[in-house]
Amino acid sequence: MLSYLAKRILYVLPVAFGVSVFCFLLVHIAPGDPLTSVLPPDASQAMQDELRKIYGFDRPLPVQFGLWLLKALQGDLGTSIATGRPVAAEVWRAVGNTLLIALLATVIGFLLGSFFGFVAGYFRGSFLDKFASMLAVLGVSVPHYWLGMVMVIVFSVQLGWLPPGGAGPGGSAAWIWNWEHVSYMILPAITMSVIPMGIIARTVRALVADILHQEFVPALRAKGLMDFGVFRHVVKNAAPTALAVMGLQLGYLLGGSILIETVFSWPGTGFLLGNAIFQRDLPLLQGTILVLAMFFVGLNVLVDILQGLLDPRVRRR
Amino acid sequence: MTAIIESAAPIVVPPLAKSPGYWTGVWRRFKKDKVAVGAGLVVLAIILMAVFADYVAPADPTRSSMLRRLRPIGTPGYPLGADELGRDMLSRLIHGARLSLFMGVVPVFIAFVFGSVIGVAAGFFGGKFNTITMRTVDVFYAFPSVLLAIALSGALGAGITNSLLSLTIVFIPPIARIAESVTTQVRSMDYVEAARASGANALTIIRVHVLGNVLGPIFVYATSLISVSMILASGLSFLGLGTKPPTPEWGLMLNTLRTAIYVQPWVAALPGAAIFITSISFNLLSDGLRSAMDVKG
Repeated sequence: MLSYLAKRILYVLPVAFGVSVFCFLLVHIAPGDPLTSVLPPDASQAMQDELRKIYGFDRPLPVQFGLWLLKALQGDLGTSIATGRPVAAEVWRAVGNTLLIALLATVIGFLLGSFFGFVAGYFRGSFLDKFASMLAVLGVSVPHYWLGMVMVIVFSVQLGWLPPGGAGPGGSAAWIWNWEHVSYMILPAITMSVIPMGIIARTVRALVADILHQEFVPALRAKGLMDFGVFRHVVKNAAPTALAVMGLQLGYLLGGSILIETVFSWPGTGFLLGNAIFQRDLPLLQGTILVLAMFFVGLNVLVDILQGLLDPRVRRR
Repeated sequence: MTAIIESAAPIVVPPLAKSPGYWTGVWRRFKKDKVAVGAGLVVLAIILMAVFADYVAPADPTRSSMLRRLRPIGTPGYPLGADELGRDMLSRLIHGARLSLFMGVVPVFIAFVFGSVIGVAAGFFGGKFNTITMRTVDVFYAFPSVLLAIALSGALGAGITNSLLSLTIVFIPPIARIAESVTTQVRSMDYVEAARASGANALTIIRVHVLGNVLGPIFVYATSLISVSMILASGLSFLGLGTKPPTPEWGLMLNTLRTAIYVQPWVAALPGAAIFITSISFNLLSDGLRSAMDVKG
C-alpha cells in the first residue's frame, strides 16, 4: 500500500507542476499586455512602466514564474486588477459556494445513477434496461445550461415554486440552513446532477452486467444464497469503481459549473470566472483556474488512494 | 506455371464466393440498428438544412422588426415565433445550424488528426518519448474540459477563431490518450514483430500495419466527441465568448433570449432544444458506429 501511495504521489507532482505552468502562461498567451484593461488609454509611458514594475511584469518570464509559484504555494494568488482585493480570498469564498451545490448534485446524481444503472444491468435487455440506457444518453447529450433555463421556465416562471436564481436574501455571506436559503440550491443542484447521473448509470450498468457474468455468482446461488444475498455481493464488487467515478464527477462539476452558475446567478467559482473574463481581470482568471485545476488533480489522487484502500486489485496494477 | 495448370486435366473450380469485406459487415450490422439509422437520418437532415439554409429558411435571419418582437410560436408568418429583435426564429434556427455543426465537427476533426499523430507516435516509439509526450498530455487532462475551454477562450478573448482554437486544444489530449493506448496494444502483436523481422522500416509498419488497426477505434471515439464539442462551443457563445451578434448561432441565441423567459419562455428555449436534438443524434449515431464496428471500450 505504501509503495502504491508513493507511486501515485510521485506521478502527480509533475502533473501539478505542469498545471501551474499552464495557469501562469494563461496570462501571457492573452493578446496585449495584462495591464491594458486597467490602464487609461492615454496613460503615459512612465506611468505604464511604473505599474508594470509594481505588478512585476518587467522581469523575464522564468523569474516571474518562480516568484509567482513561490507566492502561490504560500497561498498568495496576487491581487485582482479590477477590485484591488486579494485573489485568494475571493476564490476561497466562491469555491465554498460551488462545493455546496456540486456536492449536492453529485449525491443526487450518484443515487439516481446507481439506481438506474443497477436496474438496467440486473435486467439486461429488458424494457427497464432500454429505458435506463436512454436516460443515460439523454443525461450526457443535454446542454446543461439549457436544461437550467427550462427548469427556471417550468418551476419558477410557470409554477412559481422555486426562486429562479441568486443565493437567497442574505446572499452567500449570510448563509443559513433554512428552507428560504436551501430553496435557492435546489434547481441548480438538480440541473447539475444530470451529467453525473448519466455517466454513473452507464458505468454501474456495465459493472453489474460484468459481475453477474462472473463465476462466483452461480457459485453463490448454488450455495443457496437468495437474491438479496447475491445482490449484496454485487454491490460490494461494484462499489469501488462506482465511487471512483463519483469522485471524478465531483471534480468535473467543480470545474464545469460555470455555465450552470451563470444561468442561476449562483455566486460560485463560475460566477467569479465570468466576472474575471468580462473585466479581463487576468490575475483573478489565473487564480481561479489554478485553484480549480489543483482541486481536480488532488481529487484524482484521493480517489486513486481510496480505491487502492478499498480494492486490493487496484494496488497491484 | 500457368501452362502446367492448363495442360492438366480439367478441374471443376467451384465459383469463388467473394468473401464480404469488413465494411460490408459494418454496414450490415449498422443497418439493423434502427436507433442508429434514425439518428443518422436526423444528422443528415440537419446537415442538408445547414447547407441549403438560404433556400430552406422562409425569411432573412437578420431582418428585424421592432413591431413584431417576441411573438409566440405559431404566429402567422412566424411559425416558431419571433426573437427579441423581431427576427424570424425558424429562419434563425435553420441558419444557426451552420455554425453549430461547424463548431461540432471541425475542432474534433483537427484534434483527431493531431491527437492521432501524437498518440500513435508515442505508442509506437515508446520509451522516453512516450513518457514525455504522455506526461504533457496528462497536464491538459488535469483540467475538466469545460474549464479548459473557458480558460483558453477567456484568456484569448471572444471570437469564433479563438473558440475553434481552444476547443481543438481541449480535444487533442483525450484523442492522443486513446490513440496511444490502442497503438501500444497493436505494437506488441505478432504481425508487427514479423514485419519488423522482415526488415520493414518504422514508417512502413505504421502505415501498413498500425494505422489500419488503430484508426477505427480512434475515429469512433472522436465521433463521440462531436456532441461534446457542439455543447461546449454553444456554451462559449452562451457566455459571450464565441460568435458576435447578429450572426445566428444557437448558443448566442440562447444567451440573448435569456431575458425573455418571462415573456415568451418557450421561444427562448428553442435554440437549446435544437442543440439537444443535434447532440443526441450525434451521440446515438456514434454509439451505433461503435457497436457496428465492434470497437470495445
